[in-house]
Amino acid sequence: MTFLARNSETWRSSSPSMCAWKSGPFRAALRAIGKWAFMPCVPGLKRRAFETERGAKAPLFHGCGKIVFALYTFSILLAMSFAQVTSDRLVNSAKEPQNWMTYSGDYSGKRFSGLDQISVINAHAMVAKWVYQVGATGKLETTPLVVDGIMYATAQDDRAFALDARSGRPIWMYQRQLPGDIRPCCGRVNRGLAILGDKVFMGTLDAHVIALDSKTGNVVWDVTAADYRTGHSFTVAPLAVKNLIVIGISGGEYGVRGFIDAYDADTGARKWRFYTVPAPGEPGHDSWSGDSWKVGGAPAWNTGTYDPATNQIFWPTGNPSPSNRGDARAGDNLYSNSLLALDADSGKLNWYFQFTKHDEHDWDATQVPVIIDTKDKKLIAQADRNGFFYVIDRTTGKLISAAPYGKQTWSDSKDADGRPVANQNASPTLKGHTVCPGALGTTNFMPPTYDPQTELFYVTARDQCDIFSKAPQPYEPGHAFYGSAYFPSEEAEPYLGFLKAIDPATGEIKQKFQHTSPTWSGVLSTAGGLVFSGDAEGNFIAFDAKTLKPLWHFQMGGAVYAGPMAFAVDGKEYVAIAAGSSVYAFGLP
Amino acid sequence: MKMRRWIVAGVFLADFVALGAGQEHNPLSGDPKAAKAGEYEFRINCALCHGLGAKGGGRGPDLTRAVKKRTRNDAEMFQVISNGIPGTAMPANGTNGQGVGMTDREIWQIVTYIRSQEVKAAAKPAGDSAHGKELFYGDANCAMCHMVDGKGGRLGPDLSGVGGSRTRAAIIDSVRNPSNRLAWGLTEVTKEFPQEYETVTVVTEDGKQIKGVTLNEDSFSVQIMDMGEHIHLLEKDKLKSFQKTRESAMPKYDTDVLSDKDLADVVTYLTSVGAK
Repeated sequence: MTFLARNSETWRSSSPSMCAWKSGPFRAALRAIGKWAFMPCVPGLKRRAFETERGAKAPLFHGCGKIVFALYTFSILLAMSFAQVTSDRLVNSAKEPQNWMTYSGDYSGKRFSGLDQISVINAHAMVAKWVYQVGATGKLETTPLVVDGIMYATAQDDRAFALDARSGRPIWMYQRQLPGDIRPCCGRVNRGLAILGDKVFMGTLDAHVIALDSKTGNVVWDVTAADYRTGHSFTVAPLAVKNLIVIGISGGEYGVRGFIDAYDADTGARKWRFYTVPAPGEPGHDSWSGDSWKVGGAPAWNTGTYDPATNQIFWPTGNPSPSNRGDARAGDNLYSNSLLALDADSGKLNWYFQFTKHDEHDWDATQVPVIIDTKDKKLIAQADRNGFFYVIDRTTGKLISAAPYGKQTWSDSKDADGRPVANQNASPTLKGHTVCPGALGTTNFMPPTYDPQTELFYVTARDQCDIFSKAPQPYEPGHAFYGSAYFPSEEAEPYLGFLKAIDPATGEIKQKFQHTSPTWSGVLSTAGGLVFSGDAEGNFIAFDAKTLKPLWHFQMGGAVYAGPMAFAVDGKEYVAIAAGSSVYAFGLP
Repeated sequence: MKMRRWIVAGVFLADFVALGAGQEHNPLSGDPKAAKAGEYEFRINCALCHGLGAKGGGRGPDLTRAVKKRTRNDAEMFQVISNGIPGTAMPANGTNGQGVGMTDREIWQIVTYIRSQEVKAAAKPAGDSAHGKELFYGDANCAMCHMVDGKGGRLGPDLSGVGGSRTRAAIIDSVRNPSNRLAWGLTEVTKEFPQEYETVTVVTEDGKQIKGVTLNEDSFSVQIMDMGEHIHLLEKDKLKSFQKTRESAMPKYDTDVLSDKDLADVVTYLTSVGAK
């Protein structure tokens, strides 16, 4: 495996091997060619030969003519097995379940792993394989990526790092030098990276988009998307689509005007921007009274999904600003709290669906929209923060069904399209009154999973109500812009936390597991018949996907705010999750 | 008399040092506009625990009291808001997950707002502290389960600081209706809200019944203190039964058990201790 170490200048640890290479036909082919080519050559030539392959000048072919052919064949096989992360690989990610190449594991947002080595049969025997202590304080919300044996992840202080995915040993670390006066809405967090070619991409808390060399962590390009001093920031894991890096802004509590951007992966040049709040003259602008659109919010801080067949990006948006007072922004406030279908090449809006019109409860619709295909329907499903589970026809944007999946008091009727409509008592008052769900929502950013085997949608849910109050608040650039606040309602205690399995066909809750308290953990499903999630008490839990019965748990010593993922190296399956201030990887003994 | 002068001089010196050490004076002191701006910031960042109007919200102290336990001046208040109070639920600026980090100016605005909300302390105490102490350790039986300054029981929350962090009304309500609002117990930084003093009854594998309060709990294990202050560490799947209620283990003290006057004395005692 020396050639691997030679091939990459940054692998300081010994020969991290590649799953694609180690198993399957590649391995056999490479071995056979290697044996044939090197047998007559002197010992030690092997290493030098590969230097040649890298382009070293020393002639090394004396007497070993067939090495030339061998090298040629090698290079082709190598190109196939260790190719950069091409757009095709991302589209066909199901073919390489050992890798986890996007925030949700694939473009559909299912957060489903095709790996089945760890299964309902043996999950009880799982053990911790390694722990990587990030060393940053706060909430670790990252979902790591794994490509060809290397894990890439981020931390809340805008660091990015690469680890040997078998051992957790670090390969490189990038630490952003953030200005002291950044204004990250809602805390310093980062949910992860996108990978494409030989680069990984990160949005930063000072509202830059950066590309890092995936082998060194060196900055390849760094572009400013917006002014951080006015409350713009990035916390979202970008999505690589074709040659574009798609990313949405945060800052809904600072009165930003939300947008979704796409950058050229090679150069960082901005290819398009879609403002989530329409300007005068644009469709939807009349859903804002006066000048309220200028500070209308509608950020886009969770990673969307992509349908290669129609070349559409589905990206959800957040609350209008100010979040708890709608008086000064009369109207539906498009495209806040909506699911947007954008043309990937142009950023043009194909359709939108607004979950909560004229929101006054901070119910960002920034949940991962999950692409689901049935026999005859192309669907997209979203468990929304407002307490309803929506199934939408993703070709037209038409609502198919909306069913509550948690405690809610804001809606007791539906409009002609079947969309839940707010009742008279939903709006916050000056004194404050109780509405369910609370501002944290029935769910929040924690990514859900759809398991194609059980055909169920698993989501972390919370039953909590809040007292919503409002007060006039002037907009001041760079200052928090809530229009008052919310408080947990004591009447509604205790707050309950669940893992729920929803049948998208009916909206029915098929199974549920009650956590000790509400959790912020995402959910993963695997072909092993398992669902994984974490809890606020620090447990990582493997459930039987059919029954949601816990089969195994591990106490990680820190609350979970991240989504789990699965990968394989050397033919061994791992499940990883961030908790506390560490990244954990689990596997079979 | 001489002694007194020394004390006065000492207090003056302490004040001087405190002012010099922190970030000097509040640049916005007394500015009504700043107080108004501070009210917005307070609602976003502080009211979750300290309540609307800073009157205390069940989790955080009533900040309308002129005398505060942790801070003697604006500079110290600024420091507490910036850095939090280690070992308590008071987080450092920007880390509570509720609001967003505040700028120095916004923190000064909040300090100004809190000052504008302060009410002068009542001219005379609302009860007899000495009698309250007698009741606490005597007839009212509080000390069976509650500790003050290291003396008393362990089953209920330590009440040494409660007088400084809860309003009289909140303490009175807790005594009259203990189950109304279970006290917050363990402050677990990794959790959004700390564990509560829930009453739990379990039956172990060998048929033994244990009743007590939860010290901590997750989906798989529970740590209980029983009525005799023994700690039990139990795995839930090995229990025959596990029942938890939000009925407090504390008996309800109605006026037959503790008259309004006596209760006022107990609260006065707790307030006198807690404000130290």
